Parts: sequence; structure tokens; C-alpha cells
Amino acid sequence: MSDFDETTKTLNFDAPNSYVGRSVTRPNARRLAQGRGQFVDDIVLPRMVHVAYVRSPHAHARIVAIKSKKAAAMPGVVRIVTGAEIAMVVKPYVGVLTHLQGMRSAPQYPLAVDAARWQGEPVVAVVANSRAEAEDAAEAVEVDYEELPAALDAERALDPSEPRIHKEFDSNLCFTRTVDTGGVDAAMKAAHLVVEDTIRFGRHTGVTMEARAILADYNRADESMTVYHCGQSPHMVQGIVASRLSLDEHRVRIVVRDVGGSFGIKIHTYGDEIAACALSLMLNRPVKFAADRYESFLSDIHARDHRVKARLAVDRDGNVLALEIDDLTGVGPYSMFPRSSGVECNQILNLTGGPYKHKEYRAKGTVVFQNKNMMCQYRAVGHPIATAVAEHMVDQAAAKLGLDPAEMRKRNLIADDAYPYKSPSGMRFEALSHHRCMDKLLELMNYDQLRREQADLRKKGIYRGIGLSSFIEVTNPSPMFYGVGGARIAAQDGCTIKLDANGSIVAATGVTEQGQGTETIMAQIAATALGVEMSCVKVLTGDTDKVPYGGGTWASRAAGIGGEAVLQASLALKKNILEVGAVILKTSVSDLDIVEGKVVKKGTEQGLTLAELARICYYRGNELPVDFQPELVVTRHYRVKDYAFVFSNGAQGCLLEVDTDTGFVKLLKMWCVDDCGRVINPKLVEEQARGGIVQGIGGALYEHCLYDDRGQLLNATMADYLVPMAAEMPDIVCAHVETPTKTSVLGAKGAGEAGTGGAPGAIMNAVNDALRPLGAKVNQQPITPEVVLRALGKVK
Amino acid sequence: MNAPAETVEIALTVNGERVKHTVPARMNLADFLRIELELTGTHVGCEHGVCGACTVRVDGEIVRGCLLFACQADGCKVDTVEGLSDSREIEELQSAFVLTNALQCGFCTPGILMAAQALLRDLPNPTREQIREYLSGNYCRCTGYQAIVDAIEAVAKARVSRSK
Repeated sequence: MSDFDETTKTLNFDAPNSYVGRSVTRPNARRLAQGRGQFVDDIVLPRMVHVAYVRSPHAHARIVAIKSKKAAAMPGVVRIVTGAEIAMVVKPYVGVLTHLQGMRSAPQYPLAVDAARWQGEPVVAVVANSRAEAEDAAEAVEVDYEELPAALDAERALDPSEPRIHKEFDSNLCFTRTVDTGGVDAAMKAAHLVVEDTIRFGRHTGVTMEARAILADYNRADESMTVYHCGQSPHMVQGIVASRLSLDEHRVRIVVRDVGGSFGIKIHTYGDEIAACALSLMLNRPVKFAADRYESFLSDIHARDHRVKARLAVDRDGNVLALEIDDLTGVGPYSMFPRSSGVECNQILNLTGGPYKHKEYRAKGTVVFQNKNMMCQYRAVGHPIATAVAEHMVDQAAAKLGLDPAEMRKRNLIADDAYPYKSPSGMRFEALSHHRCMDKLLELMNYDQLRREQADLRKKGIYRGIGLSSFIEVTNPSPMFYGVGGARIAAQDGCTIKLDANGSIVAATGVTEQGQGTETIMAQIAATALGVEMSCVKVLTGDTDKVPYGGGTWASRAAGIGGEAVLQASLALKKNILEVGAVILKTSVSDLDIVEGKVVKKGTEQGLTLAELARICYYRGNELPVDFQPELVVTRHYRVKDYAFVFSNGAQGCLLEVDTDTGFVKLLKMWCVDDCGRVINPKLVEEQARGGIVQGIGGALYEHCLYDDRGQLLNATMADYLVPMAAEMPDIVCAHVETPTKTSVLGAKGAGEAGTGGAPGAIMNAVNDALRPLGAKVNQQPITPEVVLRALGKVK
Repeated sequence: MNAPAETVEIALTVNGERVKHTVPARMNLADFLRIELELTGTHVGCEHGVCGACTVRVDGEIVRGCLLFACQADGCKVDTVEGLSDSREIEELQSAFVLTNALQCGFCTPGILMAAQALLRDLPNPTREQIREYLSGNYCRCTGYQAIVDAIEAVAKARVSRSK
């Protein structure tokens, strides 16, 4: 039963048959568990060929000559295409957002044309009948390079003596921005204590289990292009493929079936993918590109390479007065198209210190080009850095003042009744719950008991650390995220929902599924709003020919924005169904409701099933009045209007043990309290938190893209690049606080990224909490054993 | 460097069906299953034996499909996720995985189910630590592993209590 109140615009989600708030299982998980998923590399089309790429072995090199005659004669080779040839088919792209003022980047082509600007940049495409034959021939392509000096170190990128990566620019500067409330210097001067530190975050990457893959199928007969893509934003890709290849957008169809992990990695424009589309156009046949793992490490976007200098001023009681940060990041030779590589830095400026109530804030961000693989948005963009920096500084101040970290936070977190609230960086918070989350976290952790155990163990030479973090998360973004900057990425999303002739419900949504449970929660919402069983709802995603135009899944927007569109569409369809019901049952709409798939007179069980109602509408229209036309398909859209972003918040705790002889950090347990507004499916929210936290753990302790001084990525294999494994991971305890957003009827905020955003801060604080009695401190991530031993002075 | 592509004739049993094929000598078992037999439930994540996504069973033992040449499986009995699903051998594990949401994107899942079934054969009543240790050859980037451990633990307990 759905009890939507037209006057208050609220829905009773606690009604007896509501699916919202229930941990129902995911119907599509059964298919995946039986190996019946369909990932891009599983798809085979008639006349399909495979492309492999010759990639630059140098960080920076002029392409002198390409000799492919020998390779072209090898078995199975269909065509060998250079960057210059691809450039004749593809319009270049520039990855800047106009609202990030002053941002610049050079035009980029799918394959390097005159010079290669990072190790791994695709240079030549080799098309053959099998992937293996394409790889054989790619090895036989001879490219003469003239190696050029490379700009690698972000710290030196702006020095006049550094090689300039784009000769049309006067320096390697991509973007810079400042935020200043004006009173930071005065506050620092008047403060009881100012703590300072420089915190470094290593480059890491997403390591999706399914590497990037694309299958492009151009059909010259009807000038159509069908692209099977593993991604998160089908309509964005549709626009890019159409505009870059000069095709009619409505003849470009993007199909996204199962996606083997994405996390933001698969939402960008990769030259090798656009080139595969161009090759399909050139060859008039299907072309598949499936990256191997080495290519993934060299070309999937990296993220997080930031150096942040921070100063925090507090008064005698530990009240934070002012925060200042200076963020520097190197993003590779281009800003990534179309989302730009300025967003992570921009987020850090917007978010750092966001949970706290200080009034003075000054931030400077500098984004520079360098000859390394490109960096761009990966799960929780900027949040892990913003959170870790602020939480580290708050803990440093607390330690100097002799305050417990929990008490320090209680004194400084924005009060739960202070909303709406505007942060010193200009962010507007609708309604957050920092104190309730922190209180719940401390209770969940049994914090005081942990502190006692910690003290006892220290006497025995065991160094345990307890770390806390409070955080905010950007979710449900409005057009102020990308649309305002000129990027063709929809902030609105839509749902088309219909009652089929057999009485079942089909809902098509513009947001996508990568295993997080999108299709499940949409079915929960539709079933609840309509008053039907979830099993009779089918959800369609990931096909630009079949779903309303939408943004897809990123920035924790699917549940909050896509879900509201589903809710509104469902309510509208219900209204239409009840109108039909009123005609058939000869009563008024207000007397009717839908309960368990049946249109009934309120308070009774009498009425007709949706199957019967649909049968009459679709087959026996002669039984309806001549002036009445049932409409059993409706579409509704939704965008966030009142706020730029609907922030969520939460708190995390970490318990770990540091082996002071080996430097190894052993995670013992983690806790997470997340307020993502209305929880549609508690189990799925918890699993997003757990999976997200483990990715945060990866960045904090293990994951690092290591480059040598010639710009060679040293650990581009799964054996050398460390990701979290089952044996090292702790159990993670999750709990919820619910502050539904009033920007929608559904009230849901996003939940996909908070785990990743909060974990690195809690972990670094826990390590420092363990090391503090030894007078040691770490301030860089990943916190490897070497970093710990250096901090302890045991390694020089 | 590029030796002529030699081919080898192989005969093996895959998911209970007899299969005869001529394969390139260099083709690995995972590619053979995926490309030649269209058994795409076996996934390829790293192609160098690290991630575990291509785990299949050869003569009863779990192996990396990417580290075995197809011709090495000549005469062997190979089982993939499709076979174990159709025979319902791993149905209980699959149900537990769905119930605890031990899979998100599902790419690693067939390999992890293979490993889990082998674990419960070798160690019918494992501790959570033993489960975590056994899965140390299987990457999962979505779940954080806890739900996977929960699912395997639940099946182990159910099986043990039934056998009492």
C-alpha cells in the first residue's frame, strides 16, 4: 500500500507493505552468481575483429616514424592505423569545465599524433581477427621515437626550467583556484595554538576486476553505431561518440550490460575506446577492444596524487578557529575529457574541514600537467584527501592540547540543530547529523573500553591505535557540478514506467547498475509507490534506445536522483491506473487504492487485479467509455533544484595494531555510521560502506602507482600493485542515522562513496595514535611498513 | 619471436560433456573455455595467475585457467561455474552469496565460488580467519570480502549441522 499525501507531498514509507527500508536481496545477483552475466568481452558479433594498441614506452617522446609493413603482413591482420589516420576521423577534445575558471588543457586525439606524452599512451592501432594476432602484430610494429625530457614531479612542474608539455601554453599549469574568508591571518595570530603539517597522498587507481572494454558496431547501411560499453553514463558516451565521430546522435546507441566494477574508472573518455569506435566506422564492421591488465594500469585513470600543506588554529579549549590548506596535484599531460582533471582539487578546496564550525578558511589549489598517466575522478573524488587532512590536523591539535580526539570532535563538529548551514568554503548543507553519528559511533565502538585496553596493552609493548574521522560527502549533484561548466552530462534523470498487458510493471531508468543494487532499489521504490509486489516489477537500465535521457551513476546520485524519478513516475502511473479503475468500478478515484497488485475500494479487498485492468485496457477497450483513453505509460524526471549538492555525512572508527619492529599495520576492526538520508535497502547501503571502506583502506595502506625518474610505471601488474585482500581485511561494523533530505519525496542521499572518503582519515589517525607514545608521526599515504619505520627512525 | 602458430588436438570432458577441439598450442585454458566453448562465466582479470577470477576445476582440483594451457587439459575433466550451476553442486553457496550480498559486480564471483566449494571440501568447518586465508588468491574489488566470508561461513555451519 502506498499512502502518498498530496497536500504534504510525503509518502508513508513505513506502511505495512513498503519495500523501502527492507534488506531485500538483489534479483540480478542470481544471474551473476551462476556465471550468466554478460560483460563486454563476453559479447561476440558476426565479422567482429579485435584491436590491440602499440603504446608509448616513453613518458615523453616525439614520434619520428612508424613502420608497419612487416606487421601488416602477419597472420590475421586486418588493418594497421596510426594516430594521424585516426585523427582524420575523430574531432579532438579538450577536457575543461568553464566554471573552473582559467582551466586549460590541450586538444587531445585518441592516439598520439606528433608526440607521446605518457608511458602507455596509445600510438598505433592494430586490428586483427583475434586479440592474440593483433598483439603479435602490435609487437612487430616499429615506432622510432626521439625521447624528450619529461616533466614528472608536480612540485617542479611550474619551474621555468622544466620541460613544457604543451608548447602552446606558457607553463605546465592546468588550473588554480583560491578560497579565502579574509580573516585567516588574524585568527592564526590570535590563536592559542597553530599546528602545521604537510600531508602526501600517493597515486593510486581503481583496479576494476573487469578491465575496460568496448565493442563498437558501425553499420554503414543505416549510419548507425551501436556501442557495447562497460561504463556508468551511457548518454554521456552517446554524445561523445556522436560528436567526436560526426555521427547523428540519435543513431548512436550505447548499451551497458553487466559492468565488472567501475568506481569512476569507466566514466571517462579514453583514446583507445574512441579509437575502437573510429576503427569500426573505418572498417564498417564490429571492433572490440578489451584492455589487458598491463594496459589498465598504464591507461585507466589514476587519482589522489596530492600534496597538502595545512595549518590549523585553535583556542585554549580546542575550538578550531581557522584552517588553511595549499593543495598541489599533478594530473598527467591532459585534463581528462569531459569531466576534467580539476575536480578532485576543486573538491578538496570545497570540502576540507567541512564537518567543523570554524569561520575562517583559506585554500589554494594548483593543478599541473606532467608526463604521467592522467588522473581524474575515482570513487569519492577528493573526499579521502579532504577528510584525511582535516582529521589529521584536528588530531594533531587535540594531542598538543591533551584532549581526547572524541572530545575534540564534540567541541568542534557543527551542531545538529544548526542547519541549514553554510561552510566557510561556501558549501550549503541542508541537514547533517555529525553529533548523532559520532555519538552512535563511539557507542558502537565501545570507545572508552577500547581506550582502557589500549592503555593496558601499551604497558606490554603492544601499540594499538584508535582513529576517528568525521566527514561530509557530496551526493545528488545538481547541474552545478558539470552542466554549468559546459559538459554534456545530465544532472536530471528520468524514469518511464508502464503497466504491461499482463499486469506487470516495467520501469526504465537513466541511472545504471554496476552491482551496487540500482535495479533492486528501483524495483523496491516502484513496488512501494504503486502498491504491487516487487517480483512483478522489471527494471531496465543501460540502453540509450530504451531508457529516458539521464546522467547515469556517479557522485552518489543513482538512488537519490534516479530513485526520485522512479518514485514520481510510479505515483503518476498509479494515478492513471486508479482513474481506469474508477471508470471500470464506477466509483471515484479517491475511493480507490492499489494493494498487493489489486485496485481495491479503500478498506476492502474487493476490486480488480492489475492484470485484469490491463487486459481490459489493452484488449477490450470496447468496454470503456468512448471518451476515456487509459494512459498506462508515464515518464517523470527529477533534478535537484534547491542545493548545489545534497550532502550526506558520517563517522568512522578504526582499531589497529602497529608492529614497531616491522612497521606492519594490522587492521583489527572498523566501524562506520553513515547518514545517507532515507535508507532504501539497509543491507545494500552497508555493503556500499564496507566495499567503499576497503577501497579507502587500499589507498591508506597499500595502493601506490610507483614511477621511476624516467616516468616508467614500476608496478603495473596485479602482483606488484597491492590491493586489499581477504586475509588482511577486518570485519566492519555498520550502522545508520537517517536524516531524509527534504529536496525530494524519497528523501534519499547517496551512499556509494562515503566509505572510501572516510576511511583514510580514520586509519592515519589510528596509526598516529599508536605511534604517539613513541614520539613518531606519519603524514603520507599509503602508510607502508617503510613509512612507519622511517617515522620511528628505524630506517633512514 | 613469433613462432608459427602451432595447433594441438585435444579431447577433454567439460562440465560432463566430451569435447574435441583443435587449439593453438599457446592458448590458455581460460581463453579456450571462453572463446572456443563460449563458457563466458569464467572470467579473465589479470592473465598472470594473481586475481583468481578464472579459477576452474581440473580433475577435481581448482586451478587458474590463465596459467594452464588448453592442451595441458587434454584428457582431463574440467568443471566451470556453468557446470556446477547446472548440476546444482554449488546452489547452496550461490543462494548464500545472494542472501548476504556477497557479490556486487559479479566478475570475481565464479572464481570465488570455485574456491569456496574447494575450501569446504578440504575444511568443512572453517573459522572466519581460515576462510579469509583460503580466499587470499581471489581478488574482489566491490564487497570488501566480509559478506563473502559471511556466506561461506553460513553454508559451512548449515552443512555441519545437517551432518550431525
